[in-house]
Amino acid sequence: MEGQNLAQAYSLFECIQCGRCTGGCPMSLKTRFNIRRLIYEALVDEDMDLQSKEVLWDCTTCATCTLRCPKGLDPTDIVIGMRSILVDGGRIPPTIRDALKSLAIRGNPLTMAREERADWAEGLGVKEISEGAKVLYFVGCSPSYDPRVQKVAKALVQAFKKADVDFGILGNEEVCCGSEARRVGETGLFEMLREMNLETLGQYPMELMVTISPHCYNTFQNEYQGLDFKVQHYTQFVAGLIEEGKLPLSKEVERVVTYQDPCFLGKQNKIFEEPRKILESIPGLELRELDRSRERSLCCEGGGGRMWAEGTNPEERLAHTRVQEAMDLGAEVLATACPFCLLTLEDAAKTVAGEDGLQVMDIMELVVEAL
Amino acid sequence: MAPRIGVYICHCGVNIAATVDVERVTRFAQGLPSVAIARDYTYMCSDPGQALIKEDIKEFGLTKVVVASCSPMMHEPTFRGTIQEAGLNPYCLEMANIREQCSWVHEEEEEATPKAIQLVAAAVGKALLLEPLEERRADVTPTALVIGGGIAGMQASLDIAKAGFQVYLVEKEPRLGGHLAQLDKTFPTLESVAPLLAEEIKEVEGHPNIDLLTSTEVVGLEGYIGNFKVICRAADVTRELKVGTIVVATGYDLFDARLKPEYGYGVYGKVITGLEFERLASSSGSRIWVKGKEPQDVVFIQCVGSRDKSVGQEYCSRICCMYSAKQALLVKEMLPQARVTVLYMDVRAYGKGFEEFYDQVRAKGVIYRRGNPSEIYRKGERLVIRAEDTLLGEAVQLEADLVVLATGITPRRDSPKIANLLKLPRSPDGFFMEAHPKLRPVDTVTRGIYLAGCCQGPKDIADTVAQAKAAAASAMIPLCQGQVKVEAVTSIIDEELCSGCGICAEICVYDALSLHERKGVMTINEVLCKGCGACAAACPSKAIELSHFTPAQILAQVDALV
Amino acid sequence: MQASLDIADAGFLVYLVEREPSIGGHMAQLDKTFPTLDCSSCILTPRMVDVARHSNIQLFSYAEVVGVDGGIGHFKARVKQKPRYVDVDRCTGCGLCVEACRLKGRISSEFDVGVSKRGAIYIPFPQAVPLKATIDPQRCLFITRGVCGKVPACEEACAAEAIDFQQEEEMIEVEVGTIIVATGFDLFDARLKPELGYGLYPNVITGLQFERLSSASGPTRGKITLNGQEPKKVVFIQCVGSRDKSVGVEYCSRVCCMYTAKQAHLVKEKIPDAEVTVLYIDVRAFGKGFEEFYDRVRGEGVIYRRGNASEIYKERGRLIVRAEDTLLGEPLQLEADLVVLATGAAPPGNAQDLATLLRLSPSPDGFFQEAHPKLRPVETEREGVYLAGCCQGPKDIPDAVAQAKAAASSAIITLRNCMEVS
Repeated sequence: MEGQNLAQAYSLFECIQCGRCTGGCPMSLKTRFNIRRLIYEALVDEDMDLQSKEVLWDCTTCATCTLRCPKGLDPTDIVIGMRSILVDGGRIPPTIRDALKSLAIRGNPLTMAREERADWAEGLGVKEISEGAKVLYFVGCSPSYDPRVQKVAKALVQAFKKADVDFGILGNEEVCCGSEARRVGETGLFEMLREMNLETLGQYPMELMVTISPHCYNTFQNEYQGLDFKVQHYTQFVAGLIEEGKLPLSKEVERVVTYQDPCFLGKQNKIFEEPRKILESIPGLELRELDRSRERSLCCEGGGGRMWAEGTNPEERLAHTRVQEAMDLGAEVLATACPFCLLTLEDAAKTVAGEDGLQVMDIMELVVEAL
Repeated sequence: MAPRIGVYICHCGVNIAATVDVERVTRFAQGLPSVAIARDYTYMCSDPGQALIKEDIKEFGLTKVVVASCSPMMHEPTFRGTIQEAGLNPYCLEMANIREQCSWVHEEEEEATPKAIQLVAAAVGKALLLEPLEERRADVTPTALVIGGGIAGMQASLDIAKAGFQVYLVEKEPRLGGHLAQLDKTFPTLESVAPLLAEEIKEVEGHPNIDLLTSTEVVGLEGYIGNFKVICRAADVTRELKVGTIVVATGYDLFDARLKPEYGYGVYGKVITGLEFERLASSSGSRIWVKGKEPQDVVFIQCVGSRDKSVGQEYCSRICCMYSAKQALLVKEMLPQARVTVLYMDVRAYGKGFEEFYDQVRAKGVIYRRGNPSEIYRKGERLVIRAEDTLLGEAVQLEADLVVLATGITPRRDSPKIANLLKLPRSPDGFFMEAHPKLRPVDTVTRGIYLAGCCQGPKDIADTVAQAKAAAASAMIPLCQGQVKVEAVTSIIDEELCSGCGICAEICVYDALSLHERKGVMTINEVLCKGCGACAAACPSKAIELSHFTPAQILAQVDALV
Repeated sequence: MQASLDIADAGFLVYLVEREPSIGGHMAQLDKTFPTLDCSSCILTPRMVDVARHSNIQLFSYAEVVGVDGGIGHFKARVKQKPRYVDVDRCTGCGLCVEACRLKGRISSEFDVGVSKRGAIYIPFPQAVPLKATIDPQRCLFITRGVCGKVPACEEACAAEAIDFQQEEEMIEVEVGTIIVATGFDLFDARLKPELGYGLYPNVITGLQFERLSSASGPTRGKITLNGQEPKKVVFIQCVGSRDKSVGVEYCSRVCCMYTAKQAHLVKEKIPDAEVTVLYIDVRAFGKGFEEFYDRVRGEGVIYRRGNASEIYKERGRLIVRAEDTLLGEPLQLEADLVVLATGAAPPGNAQDLATLLRLSPSPDGFFQEAHPKLRPVETEREGVYLAGCCQGPKDIPDAVAQAKAAASSAIITLRNCMEVS
């Protein structure tokens, strides 16, 4: 029954079962999650028991499948659709349920207090957008609350100030963009968060929104409508600043660095060059390319709600593979431009490389070293 | 005049030169008596290679040429043309095959080179005894015969007629149109066939150059290109037609689904063939009824009688994937609530617009499941199809109210008779064989007879029309030229030795030999004779020699070899 | 070529205009053809020679049609004869200039699809018709910079004094009754699918490049080797740039299933202990003898696995092909020494220009549009202009030949009705 509805809603008939989706899916390497098979079952199996498909929570929504489908289907969206059926049926992993509850109540999934959202910016002389500014600096949940990622938020402030950018933050008015809520199938919650954000944003005139997280960028750019300002990921903005000469990088940073293309930045939004341009502008920095880079970048397993749930087969982490790849390349630093990549890869690095081994850093952290 | 022979050893790039020491062979050839010049070159068939031969003919006054290279099948005509351009009779050429018969079948230079030397020696030995042969020409009757009035036959007839030649279009049935007349709509455009066909038929019937003979069959054929004599029969009336070229467009039959009893065709009324579906669809307007009810589950089964060694049909019938897709779409359009499933092995949507059509069909909600069914049985009012869904890896039992079998295309049941009549060889798959599967798709081994449409192999309408036009092109060329070259290599009878026993005539498959009543000896129709030499071998009195392959010439080769 | 031969045999004069220095097209680049495994150049070169020698065919090679006016029965075509900088009446095709060129081995060979390199003066392949040298005006040192050593090396080497740097472009006008467009096809640029690593990994090659490796007269003399290494694990990937909305190509390229089967067979023949896998979605072996050939190839040990490859990456120096075996329902990571991408056919690069020139419209798939998809496969909307071969849509050799003859038939009809028989 559900299968039939899904088939209609997502045009599952159009699938030719070529297998390119599962073939490129990072999770199919380590779990029994098989999106091709799920699509087929939904199409042909009248007795398909969707509710029992726990593997659906393995998907990171990296969208490699959608990118590669030759017949124009959107398997990522199909996963989200299937998840929403599970959500409606109340079958969600408990940790995801908690995160969603926190989102609904506190505007962030980390069960942190709304009033503490802007605490990270204390003493940095950062104004609020309500005071008027050209650029809205949309910080995001992890950078606001997670101490590790706060360093990135602060680094960006440093750069903005050096480049004399007229920016402001939403402060405690800032609420989760809703990206992950949507991806775990909680469409209702996503729409609620979106509405709230649109209302808030509508109050303040601005030319540009710059986000730290590619997830926020992706959602605002592609899933919100009716924005009367441009949206950029910080790598686009900072690369622009560097090109315009507004952000001189003079200090040598002699490190061998490799770069992890975050799925939501690279694969999904084709932003490959700007992060590299930034890294290449840092004097003394040697940039080496991982073999699996750009559209073949290996997902860190952070997206699609995976920051809130382990999924099946938690022992084998793709992040470990990634860290190993970086080490094999001879890199000292694995750089990235996404809070989720940062957290998952750093976690893996500590396990694989030890405390004094490979360092995982955000691009901005390297940039401020060069300021 | 003493013969002066030029010998040319081709490297064929590395095809020959990698295994045969071409220089050694050349030196050997140069040392033979009567060889005025011997050379080797990378590609004798190329322009410069041929130029070498022509220049040498002039400079050295060559009278015979030996080319040691690839098989004569490849380039004998080429080199004959080369020496002719330089003024020699084209039959003063002998070729030694040191590629297919030497360098391609041996690996060691020490094996291949002596063999090549022997082959060259044999060729030179024969060349010494070669005689110029006359190339005759025969006039061409400026008329064509097209056998078969389906779309292929009609198209071929129209083209030849428009080119200004008279065409006899012979059709066994009372009406034109062949199988196309039985179809409802075509893929991928979903146009109705009837109006398209009607237009075509009108054109054929109306063309002044086309002599339409329906309800007529070809019952006899004699003659050769340019001069065929065809005997046709309509009811009890026999008629003789004189034509220059013939296009065979006899079409196809369909696989008899009863040969797969496990599908229940002929037993269950709800199991029908693709063609029967066409009739159902075209006659019913916009609804389909099966036993008074609208079907809820319609299942199409691909590859019935194709790709199936168990019924002796190995080949693919080429059009079924598309016609089933079309039919499935029609069902979905007529019965939007019905569940329509296609059971396939591979979806062969290869042609222009086909893949896009396949996408369209699926977008309409037709479900494609991979797996060829094993059997059908009845459960109450419904049918159950047993198959494996190979993508799920599970055995399934699908219920259906209507099952459509995509039966394959087969050669016509009477094609052995036609083949015999026209002396047409058949391919292993039973369809008529073309002269060369890549480069000569419409010619046959018989000059003057061409193939069009499904009688040569299954194909859709667009490919049929193209091929029919291709056959028309081939058929009209001799008519345009007005004359044809006649095979110069023919048998010669020594009337003194001939006793008129007739053994040779029995052997000859081309009917080229007949008894001269008055003289009491056999005579050869040099135009029919293909120079196969069977008669020469069979003659107990050694009264027949095959020119260009006389006993003396062959013995000279043998002498040189040993 | 086929169309020209038929029309010429019917007694009419044919101007055959070919853009490249030699006729032969892509078929000259192939090793063996399916399903008969005929050597392609062996069956092609006699045709090429026939064309060259036919008294009714005037060949303009290294020339392009740049303008067409008029209508059926009375077209006026302007042909631009590009300068070879070689006097074709003197050149014997001996090849000494090619050996002598200072840039020999520096320029990627188009004929060998980059598998080998040529010089600035070149003969595209040994059986070229006409067999004449041509100078690449964009790379030749003398033409681009005015200097090539003391004396241009080719000039010095040429015994026939055929080098002529003074040669200029010539415009020729011809009057014709009909036009046949047989401009062929290009291949999908595999770099448009970066996830397959083409251009990044040298061991990922296209089907046409494989033909050049396999060809006995090709750069490796028919040995399938890359940098001297013979692969032991070969993976063929179907549908690269066909049936793929993600790169804007929806159609099926029709010949790839069969050419891949043939190539898989050739690998097995040349490297008997190689592991050969073909990754497919549907096996389109539809033509005469095709299914039987597919059976044969599987019988020789080529493994067909159903699943379209998703990406290729490198792990510890080995190429890994990621796909899903949809019949097992399991993801695959296949190790490969050599990956051959069955790239699809694309309309030729200049199709748009030619279409404008001839006032023809393209089909949705980009190839030329025929007048009616079922009943008029070679006519166009413009009377007197016919289509032949892959420029109308991808097809294999027998279908291309048949269609060429079909176009010839239409042309002959027109000519017989409009003009005096010559």
